[in-house]
Amino acid sequence: MTQTPGEEPKESIRSPTRTGMRLIVPLQGVVQGSGGLILGSLIPCALFYFLQSYLKRKRSAPPPPNSPSGSTSAANLSELPRSSSRASLLSRRSTGRIHLSVRANPLAKPNDSPCNIGMDRVREDPYDEMANPDGVIQLGLAENRLSLDLIEEWLSKNLSHSTLGLGNDVLGLSGIATYGPVDGLMEFKVVMANFMTEVMGRTVSFDPSRVILTSGATPAIEILSFCLADQGNAFLVPAPYYPGFDRDIRWRTGIELIPVHCRSCDNFTLSIAALEQAFNQARKRGQKVRGILISNPSNPVGNLLNRDMLYDLLDFARERNIHIISDEIYAGSTYGNEEFVSIAEIVDTEDADKDRVHIIYGLSKDLSIPGFRVGVIYSFNEDVLAASRKLTRFSSVSTPTQQILVSMLSDTRFTQDYMKTNMQRMRSMYDLFVVGLRELGLECTKSNGGLYCWVNMSRLISPYNENGELDLWEKLLNTAKINVNPGSAWHCIEPGWFRFCFTTLKEKEIPVVIERIRKVVESCKPSV
Amino acid sequence: MLRNQVQLLSKIATNDGHGEKSPYFDGWKAYDSDPYHPKENPQGVIQMGLAENQLSFDLVQEWVRNNPKSSICTTEGADDFKDIALYQDYHGLPQFRNAVARFMEKVRGNRVRFDPDRIVMSGGATGAQETLSFCLADPGDAFLVPTPYYPGNDRDLTWRTGVKLVPVVCESSNKFKITREALESAYKKAQESNIKVKGLLLNNPSNPLGTVLDRETLTDSLNFITEKNIHLICDEIYSATVFSEPRFISIAEIIQENENCNPDLIHIIYSLSKDLGFPGFRVGILYSYNDAVVNCARKMSSFGLVSTQTQHLIASMLSDDVFVDKFISESAKKLAIRHAVMSQGLAQVGIGSLESNSGLFCWMDLRKLLKEQTFEAEMELWHMIIYEVKLNISPGASFHCSEPGWYRVCFANMDDETMRVALRRIHKFVMQKKGVERKQCRRNKLEISLSFRRLDGTHKMSPHHSPMNSPLVRART
Repeated sequence: MTQTPGEEPKESIRSPTRTGMRLIVPLQGVVQGSGGLILGSLIPCALFYFLQSYLKRKRSAPPPPNSPSGSTSAANLSELPRSSSRASLLSRRSTGRIHLSVRANPLAKPNDSPCNIGMDRVREDPYDEMANPDGVIQLGLAENRLSLDLIEEWLSKNLSHSTLGLGNDVLGLSGIATYGPVDGLMEFKVVMANFMTEVMGRTVSFDPSRVILTSGATPAIEILSFCLADQGNAFLVPAPYYPGFDRDIRWRTGIELIPVHCRSCDNFTLSIAALEQAFNQARKRGQKVRGILISNPSNPVGNLLNRDMLYDLLDFARERNIHIISDEIYAGSTYGNEEFVSIAEIVDTEDADKDRVHIIYGLSKDLSIPGFRVGVIYSFNEDVLAASRKLTRFSSVSTPTQQILVSMLSDTRFTQDYMKTNMQRMRSMYDLFVVGLRELGLECTKSNGGLYCWVNMSRLISPYNENGELDLWEKLLNTAKINVNPGSAWHCIEPGWFRFCFTTLKEKEIPVVIERIRKVVESCKPSV
Repeated sequence: MLRNQVQLLSKIATNDGHGEKSPYFDGWKAYDSDPYHPKENPQGVIQMGLAENQLSFDLVQEWVRNNPKSSICTTEGADDFKDIALYQDYHGLPQFRNAVARFMEKVRGNRVRFDPDRIVMSGGATGAQETLSFCLADPGDAFLVPTPYYPGNDRDLTWRTGVKLVPVVCESSNKFKITREALESAYKKAQESNIKVKGLLLNNPSNPLGTVLDRETLTDSLNFITEKNIHLICDEIYSATVFSEPRFISIAEIIQENENCNPDLIHIIYSLSKDLGFPGFRVGILYSYNDAVVNCARKMSSFGLVSTQTQHLIASMLSDDVFVDKFISESAKKLAIRHAVMSQGLAQVGIGSLESNSGLFCWMDLRKLLKEQTFEAEMELWHMIIYEVKLNISPGASFHCSEPGWYRVCFANMDDETMRVALRRIHKFVMQKKGVERKQCRRNKLEISLSFRRLDGTHKMSPHHSPMNSPLVRART
């Protein structure tokens, strides 16, 4: 459209818009000459007609579909098979819309994140050396299968049928008929405290009265969050971080997570300066930060926090009067290169500020029994303990499980042997895996703990952004048939990093995995 | 370390939403500090405030001893260990869900079918209630709940969720039946206070009443929620504790018969804690006819998954049809006997209880013993019963009962001897109280016909003696 300003048209036809007027007037001049009156009226009319029909078409485009407030959409229905309990009831649906809560709505749809897609693919087509050698190999789940045989062996030796007859209530049957304390039996707390002391290097002693047991670390972290912050408050969390935190901490509590990005140039180590910046920015936005959530060893990078950093964090928290939540669930899954330091050790030396420090632990990683559902909240704050205790009734550990584990964890010779052997096996798998990746020109961050490697594949992605990363992820899943975790799902700010879990593999499977990755590596053009 | 340096905790951590300041829990504290033991502490407080079912536990113990493979933590079961110990999928083991679905069908006389894919796990029924509350309502919304109701509802449905409970008042004059008028009145009241009602919670069989809902009430409730387009949550946790007529009717049956209802509004809460006597297992079940709710609740179940070792054991146990049939019938018989001992023992001293046929408790009428018909008098009497009579029973006020003088007394969490001791104490207490009043009033005399021994062995299921009409009783032995 011409931008020349128009004078008022002398014709009686009024253009509907300014731009229309700007066009008509110069045209009038053009056609003024011969038959100008007719053309001069026809052209604006034609333009007017076209303008109106264009506007009409635009208006009649369907508006974006309203998000259903809970009405069952086709997508949901396809997830569950029809059964007789509903089949006959379907036809009788009333026309009223069913209302679910706001919390329920975003998740009522099937989840299509890479994590879930990958898990589904493994489930549908799992690798088996004999039965399904072309199946998908699982490298996207932080499970430790390396030392399960040791636990199996202990259980069969110590809980044989014969011991049942001796009145040894090893299955914990007498415990199941009654309601026990919601936060765990005292005997279990004692052995758990001792186990934690052992696992974290015996530099600090854990107190059973500060142990609260929950059915897994997932509810442990949610309960702690409910206690420390209100809806709308926030925690600072170093990124990349475990995506489960988004569900565990944000979903039902309404607490926000503010990522504090770490970079490869620092080996993804947290910096106090970055924390400071994130805190200040939050304050400017009017967002109240209630705590820092650290993972040590970290997931997905596998870093250990050293003493200096822990002291600095405590100072930082004290100065701003906020909490520190330390997720130490991988404390026993280190390779032995570097000493693991629990924040409990730091708090031990400083009498002040104990009240702001809380630890999350569990048996899913270090003891390889996620199915048993055992998590721990360990806090130095009496009020937090009192409140958490009451909240564990929504997530208590089953009594028979507690009693079996009391037996197992009391056998300190077993637990020490287990930790030692497990560490050796992890170390050796890690070394083999890293060497294998290196052969392909792929480097990992130097890590000292966790069940995974954090691999730099950025030179293989194109374009150098999240889309490029997801393209590579898809190639790895569909062509190489390995399920790995793309860094973007872990909130990593640098594209091209992937988490590979190696503890679900057997040693002989490493070459198979490396070969499969090689094919993809060779097919990718390195980005300039 | 200075107190004022302590970081403030959240509102949830510091408010009273946990409900533990209620008298319901005070009695427990009295018990915890002075628990009865036949030999070591015969003068201690007897726990009659905890609805636990310990009567048929020997059957379970026997089954487990005979089936060592069911537990992965034995030599025989160890083959399954690896898979089970690692499995933490929130869908739950298929064999577990199948077994639970079949069990629920059996308890309902196979009159309904349950789809195992609609079964979602939770951390006990406590967790199931909370999860449903999170899924169906937003902070500030409300559920209607008929009174008297289980005090745990206050905590489970409202504490972390921010949802409110609006009572639907039921009265003793019509045996605490839920009427359409009461429902409408409660709904209207909520609306007038600008509170959005999202659902109705029914407890069937009822805690604390021990009664089952009849077909009329269930149908009325269904029509009510359909009309208002709100959810219906049916807590059927006591469904297998029904020991006499009328039979239990599940909402699942009603919706099959009712043409007008919308299944997307219907949800069932269940657990193995009461029917099977397994509170320690922490098995809660949420069953919803609404796909979106199943989906969401399943994701929330990560906060309260049942340990796979437990799932495995229960799957084996509940798949054993012979065991399950035997258990259901034996358990009902034992509950019936114990209930008769309790209610007739009370009747002997003129204490009536609401006519009931299910649950692990009696709803006792002590209105005659109140100084005056007020809740203060109810508390006073209750304190006397806890600290002098040494029985932990639960006062009606903690169940939000609209009338003072009613108390819940549990009978299934103790052995026969303890039951006898408890009844003796009640008799003594009532006689003492009436000894004071005997001089004031002499009316008809009722003969006591049953002694304790006969009560245990040859009970008859006689209709309860309503104290509302009976005069004071004078004991004669």
